[in-house]
Amino acid sequence: MPRIPRALAALLGLSLVVAACGSDDETDTASDPGTEAAGDADVTVGFIYVGPKDDFGYNQAVYDGSQVIKSEFPDLEVLTAENVPEDDTAATTMEQMIDKGAKLIFATSYGHLDAALKVAEEHPDVVVVQQGNTIAGDIPENSGTYFGTVYEPMYLAGIAAGASTKTNKLGYVYAFPIPQTIANINAFERGAQSVNPEAETITVSTSSWCDPGKQQAAAESLLSQDVDVLTQHQDCTSTVIQAAEKAGAMTVGYHADASSLAPEGWLTGAVWDWGPLYTDIVKTVLAGDFVGSKYNANFRVGYKTGTNPFVLADFGPDVSADTKAKIEEAQAWLATDEGSPFAGPVSDQSGKVVIDDGVVPTYEENDAMDFFVQGVVGKLAQ
Amino acid sequence: MLEAVLTGAVAGGTSLVFAGLGELVAERAGVINLGTEGSMLCGALAAYAVGIGTGNPWLGVVAGLAAGAALAAVHAFLVLHRHANQIAVGLVVSFLGLGLTALFGQAYVGQGVEPLATWTIPGLSELPFLGSILFDHDPLTYLSFTAGPLVAYVLWRTRAGLVLRSAGEGPEVLEIYGTSARRVRWLAVLAGGALAGLGGAQLSTAATLNWSEGMTVGRGYVAVALVIFAGWHPLKLAGGAYLFSGAIALQLQLQARGWEISRYLLEALPYVTVLVVLALLSQRRVHGGPAALQKVFEG
Repeated sequence: MPRIPRALAALLGLSLVVAACGSDDETDTASDPGTEAAGDADVTVGFIYVGPKDDFGYNQAVYDGSQVIKSEFPDLEVLTAENVPEDDTAATTMEQMIDKGAKLIFATSYGHLDAALKVAEEHPDVVVVQQGNTIAGDIPENSGTYFGTVYEPMYLAGIAAGASTKTNKLGYVYAFPIPQTIANINAFERGAQSVNPEAETITVSTSSWCDPGKQQAAAESLLSQDVDVLTQHQDCTSTVIQAAEKAGAMTVGYHADASSLAPEGWLTGAVWDWGPLYTDIVKTVLAGDFVGSKYNANFRVGYKTGTNPFVLADFGPDVSADTKAKIEEAQAWLATDEGSPFAGPVSDQSGKVVIDDGVVPTYEENDAMDFFVQGVVGKLAQ
Repeated sequence: MLEAVLTGAVAGGTSLVFAGLGELVAERAGVINLGTEGSMLCGALAAYAVGIGTGNPWLGVVAGLAAGAALAAVHAFLVLHRHANQIAVGLVVSFLGLGLTALFGQAYVGQGVEPLATWTIPGLSELPFLGSILFDHDPLTYLSFTAGPLVAYVLWRTRAGLVLRSAGEGPEVLEIYGTSARRVRWLAVLAGGALAGLGGAQLSTAATLNWSEGMTVGRGYVAVALVIFAGWHPLKLAGGAYLFSGAIALQLQLQARGWEISRYLLEALPYVTVLVVLALLSQRRVHGGPAALQKVFEG
């Protein structure tokens, strides 16, 4: 082997180490273009998200929400950081935002909670709220969690699917049987059943949040079963949508409005709209009212309790006026005390009544769902 | 159901066939390239990006070939000129590919690409059963049907194949005859990377019409394993690739039909199937490999 001077090799190694240590700054330098030119803003708000801001899904929705804050509060400086992993790097990124003057930080991924709590503890004058997870035990004065009820718009989307299907077979591609997914699938089927008692939802699990190869095969396996409406609970959604469009099937979207990918088959979808909720949280903090407020808790909002950040997407060309009217009616009903996708009687797949007639389960009970309702085809892996 | 499973096997297996054959070529020349996964990802992103940018998926395929080869060049240099450990370098190259494509691929997540059109062969595609399984796919899949026999022919019936195999079996002998074993290995690794890139390109622009970070989900590593379990034989490799993707299609079909089988068993099915079948069929396992595989040749 040609003899490279040892000093040169050591220098090379050292520079690699320095570059690696400096990469944390790179994550934030990428976020600097997101800040406004410093006016005399005295409050700064920071957003961190786990993925890229144009992922056509979860993280893009957070970014869009952050831009709503920017336009609603022109005096506020808004910092954003993308691709923040769910580990200590998140804490470092949040610290850097605090150094730039952030007084309110939104940590928007499920796995950011530990870092968020750590930062909140070290900076009692900064409010850190986290999206999607739950704080166990005592909730510190300067933190809280928030989330919407994902399955309510899925119920409404189910109505659209049930009304539009010609084969009475709907398909659901999902990753893991977590309670949120189970509630989504059940709500979808219940919505479909409410307008079409014959409709059934066939479920297929890819055991992955994003494996396009498996998604393609899953979509094909559903389509080969005469399913004519496809939906999914996945992080990357375009494969299933395009597979449905190619086969002439209809699509119900998730996370983001992907109607551009399915111009003919798009029915509607359940999409994020964080603007109103973020705005309200920012208003609360700016007014100094955070401590003891509803956000200083594990805050969950649905149609009953406020503005659900999960909303129904725009309708596609094939949704009839009659169906749209039914959906509007259902949405109003969900906002009442008796309204719920899971208002009893609800039976599980074996026919046993699991929720009695007249009972309306709470949001907490729905968050712990562990069975498929009747009409859903597929085994729930335990 | 059998028809659906076999169609799925062919549709999903193409990328694996290309990547596996690429790795086979490299290993026959004596180099293990675990960077196949990275090359597949580079090919997938390059094809997707160029396909979107130019609107022509075929230009994307060419870009995919080039990108896969480019990443493999890193592996070739480190392994053939600096004599670094092949396994370690391969893994590092894979991670490099994963990271680079995740970074540069951000702009393309969620965007639609002009797909590589499906060529439905008139007449033949109407055949009952075989029609949809074999004659209703994209052009790269049709190419993959011939790739296995083609590689087998080149390996055993041409002089080029003989030189390639010699580099893997006894590079000293090759040197005596005046051919540089190192040059042969370079070309083999580049060709392997290009084929892996082709597999990735097919995956993103024909099979799934999607780009997302790490979308090959370990297929590159499966390809490397397939090469070993197929006993370095191209036809058995192609068979193994179709078997693997067929098992994936099967487990998803079973789910769609509501079969009550544990999800975990269904997940393991593709890997177990390939392991069992190829292990049974292959009598000469690791001992059947090229004699100079992984050995550093001081050329």
